[in-house]
Amino acid sequence: MAILIIAEHDNRTLKTATRNAVTAATQMGDELHLLVAGSNCKAVAVAASEIAGINRVLLSDDLAYEHQLAENMGKLVAEIGKDYSHIVVPATTSGKNFLPRVAALLDVAQISDITAVESENTFQRPIYAGNAIATVESLDAIKVISVRSTAFEPAGNGPSSEISELNISCDCKLSAFVEEVVAESDRPELTSAEIIISGGRGMGNGENFTLLEQVADKLGAAVGASRAAVDAGFVPNDMQVGQTGKIVAPELYIAVGISGAIQHLAGMKDSKVIVAINKDEEAPIFSVADYGLVADLFDVMPELQKQL
Amino acid sequence: MKILVSVKRVIDYNVKVRVKSDNTDVDLANVKMALNPFCEIAVEEAVRLKEAGTASEVVVVSIGPKPCQEQIRTALALGADRGIQVETEEMPESLNVAKLLAKVIEEEQPGLVIMGKQAIDSDNNQTGQMLAALTDMPQGTFASEVKIDGDKVNVTREVDGGLQTVELNMPAIVTTDLRLNEPRYASLPNIMKAKRKPLDVKTPAELGVELKAHTKLLKVTPPAERQAGIKVASVDELVEKLKNEAKVL
Ligand SMILES: Cc1cc2nc3c(=O)[nH]c(=O)nc-3n(C[C@H](O)[C@H](O)[C@H](O)COP(=O)(O)OP(=O)(O)OC[C@H]3O[C@@H](n4cnc5c(N)ncnc54)[C@H](O)[C@@H]3O)c2cc1C
Repeated sequence: MAILIIAEHDNRTLKTATRNAVTAATQMGDELHLLVAGSNCKAVAVAASEIAGINRVLLSDDLAYEHQLAENMGKLVAEIGKDYSHIVVPATTSGKNFLPRVAALLDVAQISDITAVESENTFQRPIYAGNAIATVESLDAIKVISVRSTAFEPAGNGPSSEISELNISCDCKLSAFVEEVVAESDRPELTSAEIIISGGRGMGNGENFTLLEQVADKLGAAVGASRAAVDAGFVPNDMQVGQTGKIVAPELYIAVGISGAIQHLAGMKDSKVIVAINKDEEAPIFSVADYGLVADLFDVMPELQKQL
Repeated sequence: MKILVSVKRVIDYNVKVRVKSDNTDVDLANVKMALNPFCEIAVEEAVRLKEAGTASEVVVVSIGPKPCQEQIRTALALGADRGIQVETEEMPESLNVAKLLAKVIEEEQPGLVIMGKQAIDSDNNQTGQMLAALTDMPQGTFASEVKIDGDKVNVTREVDGGLQTVELNMPAIVTTDLRLNEPRYASLPNIMKAKRKPLDVKTPAELGVELKAHTKLLKVTPPAERQAGIKVASVDELVEKLKNEAKVL
């Protein structure tokens, strides 16, 4: 039986997280189908058909899927997915939203946020904020899986596959989209940035984040934050890195005025190189940092900007 | 309107868990346990809706072995009216929890169900969504704002790109994110009062749910440890190391 992967997109562009999920899926089996469900999203299907390893793209183009409402997506994916051995989704907020509905409708478990594939039915996943790794075997006929993007390389392009259009409209009429407030930024996205510079409560206020933004712009970096900085209203929620925010693993992560609580470490400790700038030399962030600088961030940041 | 809140007993969020030396699971012997932080936010939201006159009763449910009654009592001390424990020998898998909760919903007929978006032990982030599918209800996950308007509820959700608002027909299921509210501390008189609030105990058999295993935990291992690196003395040294040693600039 084949594997069904669900594409992450915004009706215009295919999101990279889809490619990480494809790589995970290639380790579970050979025949890979990729579902693009959205509205006016033909361009996404075309992009998806070029991913190496994909044998077929299924396109479900219907107004009901425009905003990926969980009720409609859950029903659609359960309907299509019942003929597959695996249903694989990137563990983004969209995947996390609808995938458990699919699992429940199919009466199977969901294995969340996998970081390794041991065999077609055995997977590794972090638990307890990444302080333990569980190896879990699925006993179900259909394995419903969400994939942690940072644990798998993104799949590249290959020969293009055929696109089949489906005609299944699942409009549950239980919910409606009202609005979306998207934080616009010219900087790279947190989850795909090569370099991230994050600020914590030590930044003091929102204005001071310009100190990080100036350095970020010189490095082509994304700007992130700790929960404390988001809760205090310094910056919006989509910047939160951690157990319950975004999981990142860039080449370079610079933590500024962040103490290094386990919930924050859970989101960034797989970064290749970690730099910590903190005035408290006892801060736990130093225990994971490759390079630690014990100093006042308000002295360091302007100096760093000058030197880059 | 009645609100149903589900709560889970988990390790206290300040405790760094350790893996058992035989790699069968994590070691929870003598570890401080608490109400899952997201469930605490769920209780707080329900209690606020009651205080605002929107809700008439807040019922809290927990599933698990007997000690989870402590967390039900905590929720009662925060202002919930009565508790239900569904007693199981072990903590069931999410799908089974969702099936048990679906039966409780059938009996209680709440207008709104509020739960945490994830438990900080298993980090699954799935029970609420599963429950919504089983009961054919709409869901507002990762909520940072909940506004009830007649028979609809508007939920603002924390999503990867920012904030999304959806309108749900009620009854609906809401799962909480961290910024929905800041839970209160239970006062001593309320802790005392909570001891006398009703707490019913039910079994999966009474609810007609068979707990089938869908997964098997093969082993639990510690994560790869990161080696602590070095301290640099200045910005100059930092930039030099990043360029020439780490080669990331
Ligand atoms: C259920 C739950 C989920 C959570 N999820 C997350 C999550 O996803 N992400 C997350 O980040 N947190 C999360 N948290 C919160 C976490 O426990 C910490 O409270 C939070 O990470 C602390 O943020 P911080 O390091 O910015 O603040 P603090 O811990 O207050 O640290 C501030 C640091 O700044 C330093 N500092 C202050 N001034 C300066 C200066 N001038 N120069 C240099 N250094 C300075 C201080 O020495 C200190 O180390 C969660 C908590 C719970 C309960």
